[in-house]
Amino acid sequence: MNSHRHDAAAAAQLESTRRWFFGRSATGIGTAALATCLAKSGLAAETPSSGGLPGLPHFAAKAKRVIYLFQSGAPSHLDLYDHKPNLADQRGADLPDSIRMGQRLTTMTAGQKKLPVLPSITTFDRHGDSGATVCNFLPHIAGVADDLCFVKSMYTEAINHAPATTFVLSGAENPGRPSLGAWLAYGLGSDNDNLPTFCAMTSRDKEKSCGQLFYDYYWGSGFLPSKYQGVKFRDTGDPVLYLSNPSGVSRDLRRGLLDDLGELNRIKHDAVGDPEIETRIAQYEMAFRMQTSVPDLVDLTKEPKHVLDMYGPDVHRRGSFAYNCLIARKLAEKGVRFVQLMHAGWDQHRNLPTQLEIQCRDTDQPSAALVHDLKQRGLLEDTLVVWGGEFGRTPFCQGDMNAKAYGRDHHPRAFTVWMAGGGAKPGHTHGKTDDYAYNVAEDGVHVHDLQATILHLLGIDHERLTFKYQGRHFRLTDVHGHVVEDVVA
Amino acid sequence: MFRALGSITAIVVLSASAVGDDVRFDRDIRPILSDACFHCHGPDAEGRPTDLRLDTSDGLRADLGDGLRAVVPGDLSKSELWHRVASRDADVQMPPPDSGRKLTSKQIDTLKCWIEQGAEWEPHWSFARPKRPTPPPVANDWARNPIDPFVQRKLATAELSPSPEASKETLVRRLTLDLTGLPPTLDEIDAFLADESPDAYERLVDRLLASPRYGEWMALPWLDAARYADTNGFQQDRTRTMWPWRDWVVRQLNENVPYDRFTVEQLAGDLLPNATTEQFLASGFHRNHMLNGEGGRIAEESRVEYVVDRVETTSTVWMGLTLGCARCHDHKYDPFTQREFYELYAYFNNVDESGRVDAGGNAKPVMPYPLPDQQYRIESLETRIAGLERELKQRPPVDEATFAAWERKLRAEVEASDASGWRVVVPHEFSSENGQTMTLLDDRSIFVTGENPAKDVYYVRTKLAPGTITGLRLEALPHESFTNGGLARSNSGNFVLTELEVEMDVKLTETSGSAESVKIGSAFASHEQGSLKITNAFDGNPNSGWAVLDGTAISKPRTGVFVFAHPLEVPANATLLLRLKQESVHASHNIGRFRLSVTSVEKPSLDGGNGLPDGVLAALAVRAADRTDHQKTALLDHFHATSARSRKLRAEAATARKSLADVRKATPQVMVMRERSTPRKTNVLIRGAYDKYGDEVTAALPSTLESPDLPAEADSRLDLANWLVDPDHPLTARVTVNRHWQHFFGNGLVRTPEDFGSQGQRPTHPELLDWLATEFVRSGWDVKHLHRLIVTSAAYRQSSNVTPERLAADPDNALLARGARHRLSAFGLRDQALALAGLLVERRGGPPVKPYQPARIWADFSFDKIKYVQDHGDALYRRTLYTFWRRSVGPTTLFDTSARQVCTVDVRRTNTPLHALTTLNDVTFAEAARKFAERIVREGGDTDDARVTWAFRSATARRPTAAELAVLRRAIERSRDHYRENAAEVDAVLSVGESPVDGSLDRTEIAAWSAVASLIINLDEVLVRE
Repeated sequence: MNSHRHDAAAAAQLESTRRWFFGRSATGIGTAALATCLAKSGLAAETPSSGGLPGLPHFAAKAKRVIYLFQSGAPSHLDLYDHKPNLADQRGADLPDSIRMGQRLTTMTAGQKKLPVLPSITTFDRHGDSGATVCNFLPHIAGVADDLCFVKSMYTEAINHAPATTFVLSGAENPGRPSLGAWLAYGLGSDNDNLPTFCAMTSRDKEKSCGQLFYDYYWGSGFLPSKYQGVKFRDTGDPVLYLSNPSGVSRDLRRGLLDDLGELNRIKHDAVGDPEIETRIAQYEMAFRMQTSVPDLVDLTKEPKHVLDMYGPDVHRRGSFAYNCLIARKLAEKGVRFVQLMHAGWDQHRNLPTQLEIQCRDTDQPSAALVHDLKQRGLLEDTLVVWGGEFGRTPFCQGDMNAKAYGRDHHPRAFTVWMAGGGAKPGHTHGKTDDYAYNVAEDGVHVHDLQATILHLLGIDHERLTFKYQGRHFRLTDVHGHVVEDVVA
Repeated sequence: MFRALGSITAIVVLSASAVGDDVRFDRDIRPILSDACFHCHGPDAEGRPTDLRLDTSDGLRADLGDGLRAVVPGDLSKSELWHRVASRDADVQMPPPDSGRKLTSKQIDTLKCWIEQGAEWEPHWSFARPKRPTPPPVANDWARNPIDPFVQRKLATAELSPSPEASKETLVRRLTLDLTGLPPTLDEIDAFLADESPDAYERLVDRLLASPRYGEWMALPWLDAARYADTNGFQQDRTRTMWPWRDWVVRQLNENVPYDRFTVEQLAGDLLPNATTEQFLASGFHRNHMLNGEGGRIAEESRVEYVVDRVETTSTVWMGLTLGCARCHDHKYDPFTQREFYELYAYFNNVDESGRVDAGGNAKPVMPYPLPDQQYRIESLETRIAGLERELKQRPPVDEATFAAWERKLRAEVEASDASGWRVVVPHEFSSENGQTMTLLDDRSIFVTGENPAKDVYYVRTKLAPGTITGLRLEALPHESFTNGGLARSNSGNFVLTELEVEMDVKLTETSGSAESVKIGSAFASHEQGSLKITNAFDGNPNSGWAVLDGTAISKPRTGVFVFAHPLEVPANATLLLRLKQESVHASHNIGRFRLSVTSVEKPSLDGGNGLPDGVLAALAVRAADRTDHQKTALLDHFHATSARSRKLRAEAATARKSLADVRKATPQVMVMRERSTPRKTNVLIRGAYDKYGDEVTAALPSTLESPDLPAEADSRLDLANWLVDPDHPLTARVTVNRHWQHFFGNGLVRTPEDFGSQGQRPTHPELLDWLATEFVRSGWDVKHLHRLIVTSAAYRQSSNVTPERLAADPDNALLARGARHRLSAFGLRDQALALAGLLVERRGGPPVKPYQPARIWADFSFDKIKYVQDHGDALYRRTLYTFWRRSVGPTTLFDTSARQVCTVDVRRTNTPLHALTTLNDVTFAEAARKFAERIVREGGDTDDARVTWAFRSATARRPTAAELAVLRRAIERSRDHYRENAAEVDAVLSVGESPVDGSLDRTEIAAWSAVASLIINLDEVLVRE
C-alpha cells in the first residue's frame, strides 16, 4: 500500500513512477545500470520528465524550472526599485490620511504619534535599454536590468512575517498547504533521476542581524504526499541529511550490500508480488546515486575561477547566499524542478541606514551573477528566476529619522518583485504605486496572481492543478488568482 | 476536474453499482452532486447564486418558478437537472464549462437512471444512527468471527476468494508488531511455532494485549490526533510540559479504560463532579494545541485560534467531520452552518486562558503534577511536618522551680529592654481571600505561599490582652523564595498595600459580641516609594496604596507604623481583626511575609520592642497569684514556645517546610482545562476573523445530528462530551472503529478517516462498519475487545501475498481479499532496530529524551537561539514514543509522520530515497546494526549459516530460503574479506554510537557482521509488516 489512499490521479502518478523505474531497471539495477546512471549527464532538457501528472503541462511551457530567491524579512521596495523622487521634499511630513486610508499598522508602529515620510535613503539611476530604476546599492542587478521583468505593484494580505511568507510560498497564511515547489514536483515530476526534484537552501546576512526563522513547512508538502517536499541542502555536515555512509562503511562495501539487498528484495518480490518492493529497490538505488551526485554538485573545485569570481567572494563560504546561488545554477543545470533559496536579514525596522547597504552587497552580485550565468549557458530561456520578499516596507519612518538608527515597518499594500527568464518579459516593468509607494496605483498583482503567473509560465493552468483533501479540491491559488498576461514574453 | 472524477469513479466502482441496477441517492447520487454541484447549490446559503439547492430532498423537488423543478421523479423530460447536465450548450450546461467541474458520461447516466427510477432521496449515511446488521449467513468454514461473513459476502460479489491464512511465522510477527510495535523475540517465535494447541493464536493475542508495550504503541496514533508535542511551535517554540498527559494516555490504554470514559475525561475531566487530579490531567487533551508566544502578537487573536483548533480537533477525532470549513462561511458540502460552528465553539470558549504563553513555557490554566518520587517526597515531608507540629503541641510536664526561674529571667530581660513597648501579636486566625496558603513561622510572622493572585485581601485575627493600645506596627519581611529575595513574589519583590482596616471585636457572651471599627489617625514608614505613601493605606481610596521600592532590589525588612486616632481601650475577651487589602493595578503585589505588633506608648516609634507577645507582657506585669487563667495560659504557652525542645522541633519543621517548598517548585506544571467563573460571550466571527463580531450565540449541538435518540441539549463541555459518547450518536463509534481498523489493515473501511461527510469516501463495507460500531458500543466501548475481534478474524489472518491477477482485480485491497502489507511507521522502524540490537531500554513514562540527531539541526533553524543537547546512556535507547518533539523541527530520524501541529488521523506512507538514507546511515541505525552484529556473533551459533539464519529469523521470524541463504552467505563473506583487507575501517565501524563494544568478541567479526546486520535491517520484508 502506498501513497495517498484512493486518489486516482495520485495512484496513476505512482504507477507511472513505477513504470519509469522499471523501464530503466527491468534487468535489475546492478553496478552496470548504476554506471549508466552516473555517466548520464548534460542538460536537463535532454532528460524526459517522469512522475508528473498525466495531462501536464496543460499547454506549452515557457519555463521548465524555477529558482526562487526568497528575500526574507521584506526588502524595502522604495529604497531598492520603486523610486519616488517627489518624497525628497516631504521628508518628515506626516503621511497624508488620504494615502493611508485607515490601513492597519503592526503593533510596532501603531503607537507612534506621527508617521513621518522617509524618502529613499539611496540614489537611483535608470539602467539598460529598458531604463529600469534600480538603486545605487544594487549595481550588479542594475547591470542585468534588461533581462529582468519588474512587478512594482505587488500586494498581499498578511502583515507579519511568518503568515506572509507562508502566503507567498503556499497560497495560505497558516501552515498546512503544499508549497509552490511541492505543487510543481507533484504536477510536473522530475527531470533528474539523481537528485531531488525540489531543493531548498537557507542563508542569512553575515552580520546575523535579526532574522526570521525558516520553518520546514516553507518547503513542505502540506497535505501532498511527503515525497514532494523540498529537500533541504544544509550548510554544515552532510549537505543532505544522512547522505554519508556511517564511519567504516566504504562506497565499495555499500555497493555490494545494496546489490545483495536488491537481490534479496527481488526474491521477496517474486514470492509475494507486492509492487511496492520494486519501488523500494529503486529508491535505495536513487539514494546511492545521491551519495555521489550531491557531493559532486556541491563540489566547486571544478568550477572555473571566472565563474566563481562572478558570484563574488562569498561564494567560497558554504551556506552564504552567493554559494547557494551558484549551487542553484548547478541544480538548474541538472534539471531540478524547483530550487528555493531563503535569505534572511531584510527586516530593517531600526537599522535601515546601516544594514540595507550590507544586505544589498551580500545579495546583489550573486543574484545578478545567477541570471547572467544561466543566460550564458542558455538556461535562462527555460529557467524562471524570481526575486522578492513577503511584503514591502512603509514609506514612513519607524523610530526617529534624525537619530542614528531608524527604519521602516512592514507594509503589505505594495512591494516589488522581479523575475528573469522562463518566459517572463525581459526589460519590462509592470504596475505602479502611488506617489508614496504606499498603495498600488495601476495593475495590481496579488500574491495569488503571481502564483498563477508562475504556474502559467510552467504550462500549468492554476485552476486545474488540484488535490483533493478533506473533501475539498485544493489548489495553490485557493479560489483566486489571475495570470498577469502583461509579464509573459 | 479530472481529479474529482478520478475519486468518484473509484467510489462508483467500490459501490459495485452498475448503471441500470438500483441507483441509490446516498451511495450513487450524492457523491456526484456533492463534488460537481454543491459548491454553488449546496448547504452554504451565501454561496448559492440562486435558490436552487441540491443537497436536500425539498430543494431537489422545489418549484423554482413556472413549475420548473430540478427533479420530477420518474419524468426525465420535466427534470431541469437532466436537461442541464445533458446539455452541450455552454449557456445551459451544468456544471458551467468555466467552473472547472465536469461530469463523466457515466455519472450523467447514473443521474438519468436515478430520476427514471423515481429519484428517491436518502439522508447522508453517516448522519443516521448505525443499525446493527445481522452478519450474513456463512457459506463455508472460513469465517472465524462475525467480521468475516461481511468480508466474504463482499468478496463473493466481486467473484474473489479470500487468501489463505498467513504462515505462523508471519502471524506472530504481524501480531506482535501490530499490538506492541516491537518484533517478537526468537524465544517468542519458537514458543508460538511449537504451540500446536487450537487456541495458540488466541493466547498469543491475549498475551500481547496484556503487555505494557501495547499502550506505548497504541498511544502514538492518539498523540497524532491530539497534536501532542513538547514545544509550543511558532517563532519562540518554547518547551512545555505535557508529557504527564502522554503518560496518562499510555496508562489508560494499558488499563483498557472504556473509550467513553477516555473521551469524557479528556474533553471535560475538569468538569466532572469532584474531579480527581488524574481527570484534570486528562483534560489536557485540548491544551495540546500550538501556542503562539511571538512578541507583538494580539493575544485574543491567538486565543481564538486555540478555540477554533479545539472545535476542529473534536470534530475530526470524534465525528470525522470537517467542521473547520464552516469557520468562515456555511459548510460547502455538509449541512452545517457557520452559526453552528460557533455554537460548538462556545463549548470551548470559556477556558480561563489569556491567549499568551503566561506560565513558563506553558499557558494558564496549569496544574502541578508531581512525579512519583516527588509525590513520595511531598507526602513524607507533609507527614513529617504534621508529626513535628503534633510534637510541638505535646508539652512535657514542667516543675514549678524551673518555671519560676524562667519567669525571673524573662522579667529581667523585659526590664532591660527598650521603651518602645512594641509587643508582637500572635495571630490565631488568618486567611487569604484568593486562596493563598498562610503559615505562622517561628518568629510569629505569617508566610504566604501558593498561587500568587493578581489581587488579594488578608484577614488576620489576634487575641488581645486587656489594656490600652495606641498603635499598630506592620513589618514586611524578606524571604529567599521571593523575587530577588525581597518582600513579595511580584515582579520586583515589592508590594502595594492599598488599604488597612482595623476592627476590635469583643465577645460579650457565648453568642453575642460587639464590633468596633478602629480609626487610624496617622502613620509613618521606614520607606515610601514616591507618591505611594503609607497614608494612602487608610485614605479610603482603593486605588491608592503604600509601596516601598527605592530603586534597588529589596532585601531588608520594611516597617510601617499606624497610630490610632484615639487610644484603644481593650476589655477582656477582645480580638483585633485586620484586613490587609492589596488591590492595586500592579498585579500580584501581595506581601509575602509580615509580622504585627502593638504598643501602648503615647508616641510609638518605628523600631524597637522586645519581641514578646502582647499577652505575655500583660501577664508578666501581674503577680503570679493574681493572674487570670488567660494570663497563666499566655505565660505557659510562651514558656513552652521558647523552650530548647520547641526551638529544635521548630527548626526541624522549618527545614522540612523548606524542602517541601523546593520539591513543589520543581514539580512539573501541566496545562489543563479550567473554566472561567464569568462565562465568556461567544459571537459568530465574520469570515472567521477574531475581531469581527457577528451574532451572539450560545453553546448548542449541530441540528443535522439531532435525533429522538439523543439528548437535544447540551449546556456544558461535559454535556457535549457525554453527547458524543451517547450509544445512539451516529458518528463517534463509527469514526473510532474505523481508525482502529486502519491501524490493523493500513486503511480504514472509510478511507478518509478525517471526513465522513459527503465529500469523504463511502465505506468499502458499510454493514461491517456498522456492525463493528454497534459491537463496540455494546461491549461498553471496550477497545481491547475490538482489537481482539479484529485480529482474530480470518480476514486479518490472511496472507498478504498477491498474484498479478488478484492485484489487478483489487489494487488497493479495498475488498480485503488479502492481508495488509505496509511499511512500519518511522516510530516502529527505530523501535524495531533498537530491539534487534538489544539496545532498547524499556523504562516507561517520564520527561521526553533527546537521542542522536545530526549537529546543528535546531541551531540552524533557530539562528543559534535553540541548541540541541543530546542525552547519553539509557536515554538514547528509549522507545521512540519518548523522543523529544520540537514542533518547528521534528525528530530527524522520523519520516512520514504527522507534523504534530494540528490534529492528524490519516496515515502517510511514501517511499523516497531519503528514507533509505536514514535507515542505512543514521547513527541510530548504524549503531543498532553494530550491536545486532554483536548479538549475531554471540548468540547466533558457530557457523556463518547458523548466524545468518539466526539474524534473518530474528528480524523476519522465518528461515531464509536456500536462495536467500546463498545471498546472505555471500554478503558475510564479502564483508569479512573487506574488513580483513581494510583493518583500519574496523575501528571506525566499532566507534559508531555511544554504546560500549563487547570486548570479548573479535573486532573484525563485529565489523563484518555489522554490514550484514544493516542489510537485514534494511530488507523490504523487515521494513514492512506482512
